[in-house]
Amino acid sequence: MQPFRTVTGIAAPLLRANIDTDMIIPVQRLVGASRDGLGPYGFERFRYLADGSDNPEFPLNRKAFRTAPILLAGENFGCGSSREGAVWTLMGMGLRCVIAPSFGDIFHNNCFQNGLLPVRLPEALIRRIAEAVEASPGNARVTVDLERQEVITPWGEAVPFAVDARKKQAMLEGLDEIALTKQRAEEIAAWQARDRAARPWAWDSVS
Amino acid sequence: MSEPIGPRTMFEKIWSRHRVTEREDGQTLLYVGRHLLHDGGATAFDVLRRRGLKPRAPDRIFATPDHYVSTASRKVEEIEDPRHREMVEKLARNTAEHGIRQFGLGDPNQGIVHVVGPETGLSQPGILLVCGDSHTSTHGALGALAFGIGSTEVAHVLATQTLWQRQPKTMRITVDGTLGPQVTGKDVILAIIARISAAGATEHVIEFAGSAIRGLSMEGRLTLCNMSIEAGGRAGMVAPDETTYAYLAGRAYAPKGAEWDQAVARWRQLPSDEGAVFDTEVTLDGNAIQPMVTWGNSPEDALPIDGVVPDPAAAPDAERREQMERMQAYMGLTPGMPLTDIGIDRVFIGSCTNSRIEDLRAAAAVARGRKVAEGVLAWVVPGSEPVKRQAEAEGLHEVFRTAGFDWREPGCSMCLGTNGDIARPGQRVASTSNRNFMGRQGPGARTHLLSPAMAAAAAVTGRFTDVRRLVGG
Repeated sequence: MQPFRTVTGIAAPLLRANIDTDMIIPVQRLVGASRDGLGPYGFERFRYLADGSDNPEFPLNRKAFRTAPILLAGENFGCGSSREGAVWTLMGMGLRCVIAPSFGDIFHNNCFQNGLLPVRLPEALIRRIAEAVEASPGNARVTVDLERQEVITPWGEAVPFAVDARKKQAMLEGLDEIALTKQRAEEIAAWQARDRAARPWAWDSVS
Repeated sequence: MSEPIGPRTMFEKIWSRHRVTEREDGQTLLYVGRHLLHDGGATAFDVLRRRGLKPRAPDRIFATPDHYVSTASRKVEEIEDPRHREMVEKLARNTAEHGIRQFGLGDPNQGIVHVVGPETGLSQPGILLVCGDSHTSTHGALGALAFGIGSTEVAHVLATQTLWQRQPKTMRITVDGTLGPQVTGKDVILAIIARISAAGATEHVIEFAGSAIRGLSMEGRLTLCNMSIEAGGRAGMVAPDETTYAYLAGRAYAPKGAEWDQAVARWRQLPSDEGAVFDTEVTLDGNAIQPMVTWGNSPEDALPIDGVVPDPAAAPDAERREQMERMQAYMGLTPGMPLTDIGIDRVFIGSCTNSRIEDLRAAAAVARGRKVAEGVLAWVVPGSEPVKRQAEAEGLHEVFRTAGFDWREPGCSMCLGTNGDIARPGQRVASTSNRNFMGRQGPGARTHLLSPAMAAAAAVTGRFTDVRRLVGG
């Protein structure tokens, strides 16, 4: 996994609620695709016109926001499917962080598995950041510092955000979760032995 | 971590039972009792292969192809798109290599993973079950803690049979009263989502309770829990009761003999204790729920069949107004239009939400003696081989065929179109599936969610119709 420490840059506003995983990347695009080639298809139903040209109405097509590493989003961002293609697509578009009031739960987990940082902030604050960004497109900068667990707004305020210590550590160091869990093999084996004694049917009835 | 003292929710009982260890930051390592796979999970096996790892507990893992299978044939070689065929073949190769039981094409138990789990008895009360699919919450209908995970987490479960999770909050949704004629589990969950929103249960596990929920059959409960994710929920659950035990008894992977008695005795301890505290409580009046239809591009955009397309001008804020305008433009609807005036092009009865035998019986009861309206293409896709066999034994396939429906082979099909079963741009689909997202059933397709009986009513009338006018109680 690509480590994440800090990112500073433009924050692109896409403040629609309930942006689902099918909006981020249509499932048909994921069949047989490599995870590295999905960026051009991100938000394609909104991003492109019928003739394939850029839709000038779509916020991420504006010149100031095309290379933004941070996305400002609405509530329930990433609701829908468990497919990690949604995360791979956003990263393929150059995004490293999504700031939203809330996320689809599975999408939120998938972000941490792949090095895309999901940050929950209050909706009103996200709107203020979006307004500041819109007021000075291409100039207003946002910093997301995972080490300090802070978002630095365009007006210089340091806003704290919450993140689980284990997930933070894994993101900062790009850690391999499977290897870390395998170190707990004895604890897992002990649990299995206890459970087999307590619920034999749960073990006997499956094989 | 010490157990909480005092009354506990069903969720807390199952969570604590599967806790291997817990870190100071609240992250818990959970043991996975049952891991289900489908044909979209090849990435996870690739991760293991690169790392030189093997599944830790292949006897806890079960697989079935569903997303990419053809619903026109049971032969792998007849899957037209080579990319789809490869997905199905990869699952067969991966499971064979690691000694994992696969209900493959041609197996008498093959079907949609969330139909196969319950009907084989793999899904049981009190277990922790995961699958790389967001609708894994379905299995919570049997009193399991079941939730979807991404492909990296699938690899983690394959390698370790465990998963790191933070304990979610709890929500109890109580639906009391008696459901009216032709009001189903699908209508209940659409009414719930319309009430609490598509984000209403984010970071929560839902327990569905109340007399209206108790009155649902197992199929109705499976539909209800299936769409918990559409309310934002991490999982959805119904406490096991006599309905659950009657459903499970004698199924292939259910406990047998003395172990059955032991299991049931343990399962009876699972329901939430009297006085258990939930983080959030929601109540609905079951008597007031009507047959529902969605009009927009989120399951929260649902109304009773006697409703009209809402006016964006009445939206609470500018953002919602713009969202409604976008959705109505995409869906080709105008404010004030009665839902019963909306004509349809296609009907899809199927998916992990509504493709079980009870669903097909309900649809057949409407189709019997009627014809699919001119210009409408209607499909029935059973959820599994056992469902298909049972339906055919009851003659339901002939009812559908005589009425002009296509009777297909089991698979996910038009729910998400990964196998190529899609609608054309602009076509309006009456669908018993779970998501009405833009383009989900094909680019430009317009999806409306509803129950199987309501879908059949739309098929034979060519528009959304109150099924109660056709078949009464």
